[in-house]
Amino acid sequence: MSLAGTLLFYLCATIGVGSAVATVTLRSPLRAAVALLLHIVALAGLYLTLSAHFLAALQLLVYAGAVVVLFVFTIMLIGPDAEVPPNARTFGVRALGVAVVALLTAAAVSTVVRISPQTPTLAGCTAEQGAECGQFGGVGALGRVLYTDSVILFELVSVLLLVAVIGAVAVARGRTTKEAEAAKARRLAREAAEAEEEAAARKLSAEVAAHGGH
Amino acid sequence: MISLGHYLALATLIFGLGAAGFLSRRNVLIQLMSIELMLNAVNVVLVAFNRFHPENHAGQLFAFFVIAVAAAEAAVGLSIVISLFRLKKTVESDRADLLKH
Repeated sequence: MSLAGTLLFYLCATIGVGSAVATVTLRSPLRAAVALLLHIVALAGLYLTLSAHFLAALQLLVYAGAVVVLFVFTIMLIGPDAEVPPNARTFGVRALGVAVVALLTAAAVSTVVRISPQTPTLAGCTAEQGAECGQFGGVGALGRVLYTDSVILFELVSVLLLVAVIGAVAVARGRTTKEAEAAKARRLAREAAEAEEEAAARKLSAEVAAHGGH
Repeated sequence: MISLGHYLALATLIFGLGAAGFLSRRNVLIQLMSIELMLNAVNVVLVAFNRFHPENHAGQLFAFFVIAVAAAEAAVGLSIVISLFRLKKTVESDRADLLKH
């Protein structure tokens, strides 16, 4: 890997880890969403160092362009209540969770760092590897695989996305004004009927009491 | 020189951060963002392994599908957050306990 590639790796790794810390620690969800955006851009840079050009573009299009925007829209829709006030009651359980995860992560990272010198390093394309090496990860190479070997999966994913969109609309959609009015009218009618029934019952019991008096 | 181990260590760290965030935060929105962090870390591992074994594009293909599924998951998850907010007027995950009582 060239010096520029090494520098890009360290830059993107630093920004990626820093923004991930910011995403999970910031109190305001909007700020966390902006940190997530920064994280996604940094990871797109990392994909470039791995010569996954098409995936880097997809990462920016899908994550930065759609997912983060969806998060921001939701936060705006919810408004000031999107921020949860601190609660000391559950602090112990949550600290325990973080400690366990930190322990596991430290173990995994230390293992990876220990075996790291034995793992291969990146080399640029040599002349005898030919033009195919330079194509790796490009739109053409990945698109060919996508539309030949895994075309069924590709079509299934489009069905999945369609179902997800329909499901999202069905779950998030509240009552329309008309439906809310109809529900209110039904509720009022039921309450009126109950009141009438109660009045009739009271009248009957009063009559029974009067009758019993004789 | 940058080796495969560098990418794996970075991805492990990001996955750990996402898991810790998911366990420790009570804001559903930030928990969803933590899930995105974990999915992204897995994507880095897939793409890195594929780069060091460039005979085919299996890893990048997997990362492609993970991105698509993550987008679907975010859409459904956020719509659930909206309907939770409609019901409870809060996005605190501790208050999502309708099935508990």
